[in-house]
Formats: sequence, C-alpha cells, structure tokens
Amino acid sequence: MNDEIIEVHAGATPVGEVNQEQANHKFDGRRLFALVRKESLQAIRDPSTILIAFVLPVVLLFLFAYAVSLDVREVRIGVVLESDGAAAQSLAAAFAGTRYLKVTPARDRREVADQVVSGKLRGFVVIPQDFERRLASQLPQPLVQVITDGSQPNTANFVANYAQGVVQTWGAGRSAGMPAAAIQLEPRYWFNAELESRRALVPGAIAIVMTIIGTMLTALVVAREWERGTMEAVLSTPASVVEILIGKLLPYFGLGMIATLGSAALAVFVFDVPLRGSLLALLTLSAVFLIPALGQGLLISALTKNQFLASQIALFSGFLPSFLLSGFLFEIDAMPVPIQTITYLIPARYFVSSLQTVFLAGDVWSVFLPNLAAMAAIGLFFFAIAKRKTRKNLES
Amino acid sequence: MSTHPDTDGGHTRDEGVAVVIDSVTKHFGDVEALRGFNADIHYGRLTGLVGPDGAGKTTLMRIMTGLLVPNGGSVTLAGFDVVEDNDAIHIASGYMPQRFGLYEDLSVMENMRLYARLRGMDADQHSDIFKSLLEFTRLGPFTKRLAGKLSGGMKQKLGLACALMAKPRVLLLDEPSVGVDPVSRQDLWRMVQALTDDGMAVVWSTAYLDEAERCESVLLLNEGKLEFDGPPQELTDRIKQRSFRLTGVSDERRDLLSRALDLGSVGDGVIQGDAVRVVLRDGAGREEIDALADEVGAQLEPVQPRFEDAFIDLLGGGPGGTSALAERIDSVKLDSEIAVSCKELTKRFGDFTATDSVSFEVGRGEIFGLLGPNGAGKSTTFKMLCGLLKPTDGEAHVVGHDLRRATGAAKSQLGYMAQKFSLYGLLTVRQNLEFSAGVYGLEGGTKRQRIEEMIETFDLKQYLSTSPDSLPLGYKQRLALACSLMHRPPVLFLDEPTSGVDPITRREFWTHINGLARKGVTVMVTTHFMDEAEYCDRVAMMYRAKLIALDTPDALKRDSRSDKHPDPTMEDAFIHLIESAELDDAASADAQAAA
Repeated sequence: MNDEIIEVHAGATPVGEVNQEQANHKFDGRRLFALVRKESLQAIRDPSTILIAFVLPVVLLFLFAYAVSLDVREVRIGVVLESDGAAAQSLAAAFAGTRYLKVTPARDRREVADQVVSGKLRGFVVIPQDFERRLASQLPQPLVQVITDGSQPNTANFVANYAQGVVQTWGAGRSAGMPAAAIQLEPRYWFNAELESRRALVPGAIAIVMTIIGTMLTALVVAREWERGTMEAVLSTPASVVEILIGKLLPYFGLGMIATLGSAALAVFVFDVPLRGSLLALLTLSAVFLIPALGQGLLISALTKNQFLASQIALFSGFLPSFLLSGFLFEIDAMPVPIQTITYLIPARYFVSSLQTVFLAGDVWSVFLPNLAAMAAIGLFFFAIAKRKTRKNLES
Repeated sequence: MSTHPDTDGGHTRDEGVAVVIDSVTKHFGDVEALRGFNADIHYGRLTGLVGPDGAGKTTLMRIMTGLLVPNGGSVTLAGFDVVEDNDAIHIASGYMPQRFGLYEDLSVMENMRLYARLRGMDADQHSDIFKSLLEFTRLGPFTKRLAGKLSGGMKQKLGLACALMAKPRVLLLDEPSVGVDPVSRQDLWRMVQALTDDGMAVVWSTAYLDEAERCESVLLLNEGKLEFDGPPQELTDRIKQRSFRLTGVSDERRDLLSRALDLGSVGDGVIQGDAVRVVLRDGAGREEIDALADEVGAQLEPVQPRFEDAFIDLLGGGPGGTSALAERIDSVKLDSEIAVSCKELTKRFGDFTATDSVSFEVGRGEIFGLLGPNGAGKSTTFKMLCGLLKPTDGEAHVVGHDLRRATGAAKSQLGYMAQKFSLYGLLTVRQNLEFSAGVYGLEGGTKRQRIEEMIETFDLKQYLSTSPDSLPLGYKQRLALACSLMHRPPVLFLDEPTSGVDPITRREFWTHINGLARKGVTVMVTTHFMDEAEYCDRVAMMYRAKLIALDTPDALKRDSRSDKHPDPTMEDAFIHLIESAELDDAASADAQAAA
C-alpha cells in the first residue's frame, strides 16, 4: 500500500522548484497547448459540435440557395378578356408569352376574382370591352385594369409593374412600324446580371454560418464547462485566465475557418456563385469577423454559465440580428433610420456587405478596410468586457 | 514507510499546520454561508469537513483552493494567503470538485495528461508518476476508456489521480463519496489513508455524518458556523454514558420509539433494525426510560455512541415522537394483506437490462426499503411499481390493481414523492396544495377540508402565500409529503426522500413515516443513507439489475458478521453482499469457461 505511494513521490518534482517557477509565468505555451489539444479532442468527439459546425451550414446554404428565393418567376395571374377585338387578343397573347407570368385566361372577371381571394392567383388583368376604342383614343386613359393581391406586397408590386411593362412593350411592338420613342431604356444590372437572389444570399449565408459557429458554439462550450464542473477543476490549476480563454477560442477559430472554406467551396462549385475576389481576401475577412463572433460567444458564456440561457442569448443577440439586421435578407437602406443606426453595432452587417463584394464584385479594399476596422473594433470591445467578467475564481 | 525517510521537505507526519482559517466570513447576497470562525488543518491528517447540505462546506473548500474570496478574515494554505498568493495556492493544493471535474469526452489517459500539463508536468518526462498513479488507483487497464463511460467509483479515482498530479501538499476533496457505491468508497478511504501517512494534509468534505468517524480530525459545520473542531471521538464521548439500545420489542418498536421520544429526558432516538436506539439529554437521568423499558418489557443496554447522534445532541436534540399527521389519518383497511407485489419484473432499454426478473411482495403497513449503488436498477424498479414506466416483462400489482392494465386505478391508490421534492416554485404553497388535490380528483368540500387539514397538521399557515423555493428545507419536505398524501393513499412511494436534508429534518420525516406505517399505510422507500435502511421492516438489495438479498435489516447484518466486523453496520452488510455477489458472478463465469 504505502509502497505505491512512495513511488508516486519518488518521481515527482519537488514542490517549489519547477512548479513555482512556472507559476510566475502568466502565460505558458505548454499549458496553452494542453488546453487547445483538450478542446480539439472534445470538439471532434462531440457529435453536437460536428452537427453545428458542418451539417447545419450545409443545410442552411441549401435552404438559402434553393428554398428561399427573392426572385419572382411564374407568378400566376388571370387575364380577363372582355373584348373580342384583334388588338385585345394580341395583348392577351403577349401576357401569356412572358416567362415571368403564368396566365389563366378568363372571359368574366368574376371567374378569376374568386381565385384571387382563395390565393390561387396573385392578381388579374382586365382587358375591357372598349379596349379598341381606348387604344384609338388620343386622350391619355388607362388601357387595362390591374388588380393585385395586396396581402403579399412584394408580389403585388411586381405584378402591377410587370403588367404595365407588358402593355408598354406590346404597345411599342405594335407601333414598330411608326417612329419609335427617341430614347429607349435598356437596364443592365451589374455584379449579378441575371438578378438572381441566390448569388447575393449564399455569400450572406456564410456570415450566418460563421455567427452560429463563433457565437453560439463558443457560448455553449464554455457554459458547458461551468455546468459540468470542469471549469472549477481547471481554475484550481496554475493555468491562467488568458490561457483558458485562448485555449477555448483557438480550436473554434480553426473550426470557423474550415467551415468558411467549406461553405465557399459549396457556394462556388455547387451553387454557381462566382468568387470574383481573391481567396486571401475572403479568408482575411472571415478571420477578422471571427473576432467579434467569438468575443460575443465568450462574453455570453461569462455572463450566464448555463447552456440553456447561453443558447437563448446567443440566438437573440447573435443569430437573429445577423439574420435580420445585417442586410443579408432585408436591405438596410430600406429600414427606418433608428433601426439603421442599430445595424452599425451588428458585426455581421460589415461582414455581409464584404462577402457580397468579394464574391460578386472582387477585391475592393476600399470597401473591405473600413469593414475590417469596424469588425475588429467591435470584437476587441467584446473581448475586453469578457476578460473583465472572467475572473480566476468563482465569484460572480 | 521504512523505505521512505520522513524528511522529505518537512512532510513529516503530523508536523505543522497546513491550513489556517482565521475568522473567515462569506456571504452571497443575503445568505451568510460562513459566519466567521477559526480552525487549523494539519499535515499528515485526514480532516473531515462535515455538515448537512447548505452548512457552508463547499464555500469553505472553494475559499481554501482560491476559487472564492472571503468577505472577511483570512485563510492561509501551506503558508500562502489564498487571496494574495493565489497562484501559489494552485500549486500547493490539489482540488477535486464535486462531480470530479473530469472531461467526459476525453479518455482516462487524456484527462491525466491534461491535468499534468496544466500543473507544469510533462507526461513524457514523468511516465513513472503516471505509472504509479495508475497503479495506485488501479485504473491501469482502462487508460483508453472515455471518462464518461467510467463507473462512479472509477470516475472518483480518476478525479483523485488528476488532483494528485505534481504532488500537492494539501489535497481538498469536495464530497468525494457522493454517487459512489460503498465498495468504491472503501477504496478511496484506503488511498487517502496512504496519502496522509505520507505527510499530505487531506480535507474530505461530506454530508454523510457517519463518515466523520473515520476522520482523524473533524470540522463540523452547521449553517455557516463551526459547531465542533477536534477528533470525532471527543464529540461522541460526550454522549457516551447517554446512548442506549432497547431490544426485544421488534413488533412494537415504532410505538416504543414514538413514546420514548415524547419523554422529556430523551433527546433523540432512531430505529435500528429490531431495536430502538435513544440518546438521553445532557444531565437527564435514566429513570423515565427505565420505567418505559419495564412497562413494555424491553431490555435497556448501553451502546457505543455514534457521531450523528452526537451532532443532534450538540444542536439540542431532535423532534418529538408524535406525528400530527398520522394522528389524523384513519387506519388503512385493505382487502388483501399484500399491498404491493411484483413477479419477474423486468425492464430493458435496448440491449441494456435495468431490472432483471425482480420478484417480491410487500405487506400492508410495511416499510419496505430498496437499496443499491447508483445504476443498480432501484429507480427503474421503483418507477415501474408506481406506474411511471412500463415493464418489458413480468407483472406488478398495487393494492390488487395490475399496473400493466389498470395503471390509472393503481395510481389513484398510491402517493408519490419524487426526489428533491419536485414542488412548483412558481406557485405558492397554497396553490401547490390545491394543485395536488386537484390532480387526485378531490373536489368541493372534501378538497377544502383536506387542504385545511394539511395546513394545520404541517403548520404551514405562515408560509401559505410564499413560494416553496424560499421555504426552509424542513417545511419543503412537509409540503411535499402533504401533497403526496392529499388523497389518503394506502401506499406511499418515497424516492430518496431525505437526500440533501439535515439530520434533524430527517428525524422529523421518519417520525411521520413511522406514524403512517402504524396506521397501516404501506411505505416503499429508496435511500442511499445506509443507516436509514434500519427504519425499514425489510430491505431489498439491488445490484446490477438483480435482487441480491431481501431480508430484515438485522438478518442482513447478521449474515455479514465476520471476524473483521463482529458488529457489522448496514454499510458493512451491503459491502459484504456486493462482494459475495461478485464472487458468485466470477464463479459462474469460471464454471461456464470450464464447460
């Protein structure tokens, strides 16, 4: 019995020599390495980490690439043809011929009105009985009536504008023989010539993925250490707060960067989003964005020490703002001014615009540099508070 | 020891003070965790930090290991102030927090390497330390196993190995025996003994008062105050001439206890198997208890004092013997004498068998205990018997109702008090009472009357509009009991009813349970307090999903009598049973291998 314990002591370093010397080092590379190794092993072995870091991003990217589309295509509308004239017939045919509208022909507006009420149609166009007379008339008066479903404002707007467009194009075609309007407008959209929303959404989704990994995962894993009592054990060793925090962050920084590369590869090779800027710029932006993301996660876990609360706070302070207020889904310029002001505090705002630039436009450093500076500043702010709030003891 | 000179850095046995606690105070908000006291902890000694939950043990531990800052006073460990020389504290002390502080996703070896590096040791340079620690803890064969997959006892040993890295001078163990079966607990005592023999100061905190008797020195805490400091013997000696046992009254023992506790000269009493154990108040004479013994024909004999009894004596004695609750309840009448029965009861979760063909019958008015280490299957068995889990195989009946078919009818016949009382913190005390009356289908006049009765019986009036969360522990327990008895069930299920409760509250609780049993209420109880099994008429021991023994506490103790333990305790009996069950397993495995 005692022999065993003697062996223990025989090999041990005497207290007060090596150890004492190490304690004086506030920062010790070997301790940090041990912590990083521990965290990495845990991350690899924990199925929920893999789920959040790899499966969730793929699901999100697919959702934003295919399921969520801000483009309007094949909107179902009715065309009520009350006139039998040749001109009216040809206008109705013009409606049927576009690739953005799917037309249900009708003779009486009552037939289609019910379908708009029930949501089967998004609106209808009435070509009135006196269409030919209106057409011939010199007085400026409306040629057709457009009724739209105002419960979906975006689509309603689209239907109204597009119907007008069809009528104008049709009118222009009819008068092709005559001298056309002096100036013809031909719009061109830069950076996303086909105006495919996927091209803007997928780069933005990378920001969401990074927020989840940086903020949510970090908040969760630190809170978990508190809950399981391992933090208490580690705090009772000579490891310093800085070592413990960096040991926590480095592996998730690595994980975040891997997830960025994976998402970027998916975006380029699967979703056909062009990467017009350089990979270096993309990685630099992602790395700097991880500063506020990780800092926020760390701050949350320092404040709550409880996994459930940490995930809720991460959801409301990290995920939702970067979803709603970053310009990813909703354009910031269209928001009320007070909300616009708030968006300046959301690190994802800077990241989303940078990502869209690096993917769709190229390396525009005049855009990147201010964004990088803003993200770094917010990040350092989070870290400063997190460091203040994390003490090397259990005092709250 | 002979090969090891006692001169290693002054670590000689019992030389010098390891920890000095100087009028230390600590409060969290309004709660005073430590109320200022002085104490010394010595090298080469096992010092028990003993007290019920909420006494301030963990707070003191955390202050000693530099994780909390005292509000007043100071603590010095190995010559370093815990606040000023915080870094030095982390080197001089090894600390094992509650739940051992292990990373469950890491293997045994990975955990050890992590803590070695954090303490500035290189695993490769010190492979001899690893080897000897693995040998010491007997974890050698399991180095690749994930810590999360270890049993409670093995986790505890790994936690100890991690805390022992780099040879701390003071080892602080916070409730190391919680969730660990008695066999592993023995192992830990053995290891700690070896460490103190070698000059280390070891502090062992525990809520199990019987563990205090094994410590060389004890700091007894209660409500943040130091009630006693010294060898446990010194405290138990105070009641040496005042501890007695009444024997020869097995059928009447509950009645006898109740009457004994109502005597002015008796401060405390418990049931111990077939006997009743009493402690007289300081300065009281034997006359009253002698007269009572004569009256009922019991023999009165002096016994060895126990630490827990001494603690209760120190606090001024336990509660009286009359249960106001039982007084009000009508005697239970059942058609059959069997209240609860199960036959070949089995529960499997996938491949894992949690309960393996368990059969027993419990008579009306019996107190029946279900004992076993964590994971033995007692909770699963218990849950099947109260209709919370569906058995995979076998039958179970409560008051004649088949639990597989008539779950609802069976449930109306039983009261259930879950672990940790499970009261609704967002409802007031009155609303909790009303809710439980409602779920058991009481209405109108009956409901009002029952609730009023419970309020009066348990003296809950002053707390009616407060939340159960802010109640003192004793009242919380009363309320939980009131809720589970609202519908006057003939069978009462109690799942770990007294864990985390101080000994006086436990005494009061058992007074009620004894009273109920005398009225014919059948009580089924699980517990991990071994001495509490003594209150039971019969005890079923579970181990690895199987029922390994079923008998009266006295018979179980008698069977485990040996030269080493001439007067075994319930815990000795338990260890004996588990060890022989393991021997049987090994023997049958050998037989199978031979065949």
